[in-house]
Amino acid sequence: MVKKTLIPIGPYHPLQEEPELFKLYCEGEIVKDIKWETGYNHRGIEKLSEKKTYDQSFFLVERICGICSTSHPFAFANAIEEIGNIEITNRAKYIRSIIGELERIHSHLLWVGLAGHFLGYNTVFMWAWKYREPVLDLFEMISGNRNSYAMFKVGGVRRDIENNKISQITPVLDLVKKKTDMLVGAVMDDPVLHARTKGVGVLTKQDIIDYAAVGPTARASGIDVDIRRDDPYAAYPLVNWKVITAEKGDVFAKAEVRLLEMYESISIIEQCLEGLKKEKEGDINVKVKDIPAGWGTGRAEAPRGEVFHYVLSDGSNSPARHKIRAPSYTNIATFKKSCIGQTISDATISLAAVDPCYCCTERMAVAYDSKTGDKILNGNELIALSAKKTQNIKNQF
Amino acid sequence: MDEPVSYYRNSAFIFWILKIKNVGFKEFCFKKSLWLFHFGGASCNNCDIEILDCLTPRYDLERFGMLLIGSIRHADVLLVNGSINQRDKSRLLELYEQAPKPIVVVAIGACGCTGGIFAEGDTFAGPVDKLIPVDAYIPGCPPKPEAILAGIVKLLNK
Repeated sequence: MVKKTLIPIGPYHPLQEEPELFKLYCEGEIVKDIKWETGYNHRGIEKLSEKKTYDQSFFLVERICGICSTSHPFAFANAIEEIGNIEITNRAKYIRSIIGELERIHSHLLWVGLAGHFLGYNTVFMWAWKYREPVLDLFEMISGNRNSYAMFKVGGVRRDIENNKISQITPVLDLVKKKTDMLVGAVMDDPVLHARTKGVGVLTKQDIIDYAAVGPTARASGIDVDIRRDDPYAAYPLVNWKVITAEKGDVFAKAEVRLLEMYESISIIEQCLEGLKKEKEGDINVKVKDIPAGWGTGRAEAPRGEVFHYVLSDGSNSPARHKIRAPSYTNIATFKKSCIGQTISDATISLAAVDPCYCCTERMAVAYDSKTGDKILNGNELIALSAKKTQNIKNQF
Repeated sequence: MDEPVSYYRNSAFIFWILKIKNVGFKEFCFKKSLWLFHFGGASCNNCDIEILDCLTPRYDLERFGMLLIGSIRHADVLLVNGSINQRDKSRLLELYEQAPKPIVVVAIGACGCTGGIFAEGDTFAGPVDKLIPVDAYIPGCPPKPEAILAGIVKLLNK
């Protein structure tokens, strides 16, 4: 009988920039089972959000995740605007879409770099991160900060992109497009990268449906799903673009989807900038009086997939309940399919291929007693707690 | 001149170098090529990405001889970012225990310095300086790579 070996990765591993523990159970070199532990990144955001007003909550949800720091406010704004039936101006729609797409570009470049790093191609890592910098410079020009942009608010955006700034944005987009061509050439035509990524970490169409994976992970396996098209929001219905899909479902297909998506993003931004020129400058806000009681859901397509926010309002100026579901929450579960049966050396890139983001995922932790190992709260107790809370909220109405 | 720390007392070689250079042990160790260990607590990932960004061509931290390394036992500097939650707390303390002394601790970002927006959270276990001694603070949400570089170079010249 072959002895099973446990290989822990994490929680503070130099490969990962986030705390997360993976346990790979191996027989020889083959991964037989995988388990993961979260909770190192839990900050209690949903509870914190209930203590803050709607305007303050935007700064909080932005800090759920640093890389997708637009998609969370995007979904949150969509949810609140659904409660209040708020229709924002076209200029605000365009600006929101521009920020969202710029974020997609920098996030995908970041992923390409990290994937190259995991495969031992540090040149790709350095290239991709070098050409990510001009995009961050654009953010700094538009919003004043490289990462957390603070652009969103109920009923519009905080800052305008003035028409005289547009001429500064387009050359950067051209540069990014040129460099993306180079990266696509480096990744798509390299025989070594083909050998390392083709047929590795395969997720079939059925796996995606079983695990309800979203975003580029699903699109790489031939599932044609994109919230920007399926549930239109902001300026996406106003511009022409297409959803990129691939069929194979391996790591190569995921890289292909992400790289080609960057071209679509650039095209969307260019069209939005054209749209901006037609709208009146400074017309970025509608006045919002108060948020009525009720509930609303907001969805947005983050670089990693669908972000879902549920907001329950009791008519006051802060949410009574705020529920967040991030894309990595479902995507991480696909590790069970993509990693098992691979060698250890392929497991790393299979783990990285879904672009997991743990700080998005950390929503709830179940407490264990450290001495006896008993669960302090089991599932039923949690459901009972939840039901009790709903009852409390109902009583308030 | 500082007295060498007790567990290095047997090393004649280090004594010899210190004698030639006429510097204290601590000054000698922190003169060049600091090795960094990165501990990301319950953060939003921004500071982690900005620290990684320091290594990439535009900022290139390695020109100062600094290297991001995988083991705390080889580190001269411990970079801590993110708010520390109940689960991270014991691990941070353990890492600090394992670190070779003297070690420089740098708290990065608003969360590392004070807890930031998450300080009111249910799982928050106190800012970094309540748990371990901190030598430098680099504020910002997230601090720009230039700020991180400036902070660490300031430490080098201290």
